[in-house]
Amino acid sequence: MSIRRRILTVVAAFAVFAIAVMLWAPTVGSTSISLTRALDRSIPWESNVDAQIFFVARLPRVLAGALVGATLAAAGVVLQALLRNPLATPFTLGVSAGASLGAMLAVTMQLELSLLGITSIPLASFAGSLVATGIVYALASSQRRGLSTNVLLLAGVTLNSFFSALILFVQYLADFAEALRAIRWMMGGLDVADYFPILAALPFIVVAFAVFAMLPRTLNLLSVGAESAAAKGVDIVSAQRLAFVSASLATGAAVSLGGPIGFIGIIVPHLVRLMVGSDHRIVLPASALFGAAFLVLCDLAARTLMSPLEIPVGVVTALIGGPFFLWLLVKRS
Amino acid sequence: MRDLLWADNVSFRYAPGAPLVVDGVSVRLAAGALVGILGPNGSGKTTLLRLLSGTRRPSSGRVLLGERRLDQLSRRDTARQIAVVPQETELAFEYRAIEIVLMGRHPHLGVFAVEGPGDIRIAEDALAATGTSHLADRPFHEISGGEKQRVVIAAALAQSAQLLLLDEPTASLDLRYQLEISSLLSRLNHDHGVTMAISTHDLNLAASICRELVMMRDGRVLAAGPVAEVLTPENVKALYDVEADVHVNSATGHMTVVPVRLATPKRVREGGLISR
Repeated sequence: MSIRRRILTVVAAFAVFAIAVMLWAPTVGSTSISLTRALDRSIPWESNVDAQIFFVARLPRVLAGALVGATLAAAGVVLQALLRNPLATPFTLGVSAGASLGAMLAVTMQLELSLLGITSIPLASFAGSLVATGIVYALASSQRRGLSTNVLLLAGVTLNSFFSALILFVQYLADFAEALRAIRWMMGGLDVADYFPILAALPFIVVAFAVFAMLPRTLNLLSVGAESAAAKGVDIVSAQRLAFVSASLATGAAVSLGGPIGFIGIIVPHLVRLMVGSDHRIVLPASALFGAAFLVLCDLAARTLMSPLEIPVGVVTALIGGPFFLWLLVKRS
Repeated sequence: MRDLLWADNVSFRYAPGAPLVVDGVSVRLAAGALVGILGPNGSGKTTLLRLLSGTRRPSSGRVLLGERRLDQLSRRDTARQIAVVPQETELAFEYRAIEIVLMGRHPHLGVFAVEGPGDIRIAEDALAATGTSHLADRPFHEISGGEKQRVVIAAALAQSAQLLLLDEPTASLDLRYQLEISSLLSRLNHDHGVTMAISTHDLNLAASICRELVMMRDGRVLAAGPVAEVLTPENVKALYDVEADVHVNSATGHMTVVPVRLATPKRVREGGLISR
C-alpha cells in the first residue's frame, strides 16, 4: 500500500469513528431519542421533539466537546514533537494557567464586559492564555538563535506554578461564591447553551489547524533531532515558531470554550501512537479525530453516570487520565 | 578539480562575547574528495561541519557551495546538495528504519506532498547501499548501534546530495562496525562519487580511507593536505600532545599510527617544574 493510501485509510477510519460517536452521543441522556426520527425532515420541526432535543439541547454540547477534544489532542501532538518530549501536554507551557488566572480575575472582579456577545470569563481566559504565551515566547526567543526548547520548558513550568500561586492568592481574597464559581470553571465544562460560543472559538482553531496541516513531516524530523532536521532542510526557527504559536493559540481558544480539561492532550496522542505508529501525518489528524470522540464520550459519561447530577468533565478525564499516565510512566522506564 | 564546497576564512562563536570555536579556517572540498578532519575534543571539528552544512552561519568569513554563498540558500535548497550524518541520533518517538530513511526525502518534497514510488525506490536503494535492506521494517530503537549508524547514513544518502558530511561516524562503534562503516564510506566515495568530509578521532580510519586531512586544534587549522604529507609524527604530536610512530606499509601504501606516550608539554619542560 502506498504511503498516501495508508494515511488516507487510517485517517478515514478515525473520522468514521469520530462521526459515529458524535451522532450517537446526542441520542443518549435523561430522555432517549431516536436518531432517525431526529434527522427525519418529513416531520415538522415544531412537532419533532427528538429533533429539538438533538439539535438544540444536546448537539451544541457535543460539538463543543468535539472541538475542544480535537484541539487539545492535536496541540498535544504538536508540542510533544516540538519539545521532543512525549510527556509534554498543551498545558506544559503555561497556556492553561494563564487562562485560569484570567478566568479567576474575571469572576472575582465581576467583570461585566462582553465582546461580540462573548461573555467576560471566556474573554478573560483567552486574554490570559495570550499573555502566558507571550511571556514564554519572549523568554525562549531572547536567545539569538530561535527558540530554545529547554528554556521553553523551564519557562512554561515556572510560569505554571507562578500563575497557580496567583490563582490561589486571588481565590483567598475572593468571597466564597466567587471562588466556587472559578473553581467550577477550572474543572472544565462543556455545557454550552447554544452554538455561539463554539463559533466564537472556531476561527482561532481553524487558523491553528491550517498551520498544523503544514507541519507533520517537519514534526517527524524534529522528533529525530533539531540539528539533523536542519540538515534535512527544515528551517528550525520558523518551524518552532509556527508550531509553538499555533498550538498555544488553539489551546487558548479551546480552554476559553471548555475550561482547562486535562489529560486529553497526553492520553490521546499516546493511544493513537500505540495504534498507528509515530508518523505525524497520521498521528496528528488521527489524534484530532480521536480526541474529539474521546472528549465527547467522557462528557457523555460526565452527564449520565450520576444523572441527574453532573460530574465535571475535567474530573472524568483526569480520573481516567491520571492512572493511564502513571501506567505509561512505569511502562516507559 | 572544481571546488564543490569552500569554507573561506570562516570564524564562529556560539554567542556574542563567547570565545571563537572556529578561528579563521579555510577548507576546500573538491568534487569527489574524501577529506578527514582530525583534532582533539573541543578543537572545533563539529562546529566546522555545521558551518560547512549551513546549519550554522559563520560569524565572519563565508562558505561557498559552487558559486553560491551558503547563507543565501534556503535550508531546503542546501539540504538537496549537502547531507549530514550527525554524531548521535536519539529519537523522541519510535520510528521504523524505513521511515527514518524516507525522512531524507524531505527537501525534495513540497509542503503537502507525500513520498511517491520514486522516493521509496531511492530510500530502498539507500538501504541496499548501506547493507540494511533487511532492517527496513524494524523499529530503529531495537537495532544495534552499528545498524543505527548505517540507517542514519542511508537517510543521508536518500537526500540524493552530492556532498556528505559525517561527524565522528564510528565513534561509538566496536571494531567490526568501525570497519563496516569505513568500507561503506570508502565504497560510496569510489563507486557513487559522493564527496565527503569526515570528522574523526580515529587516525587509522582517516589514514585508510581519506585522501586529504585537515588537522584542527583550538579552532585553527594546524596542517592540511594529502594524507601522506600531513600524517607525520610531528603533526600528531602537535595535535594531541602524543608521541606516535607512523608506519607506512611499503607494499600497500597504508599508513598506521601507533601512539607511544604522552609528549611532555613544552611549558613544563622549559619551566623545569617537574624534575624527571
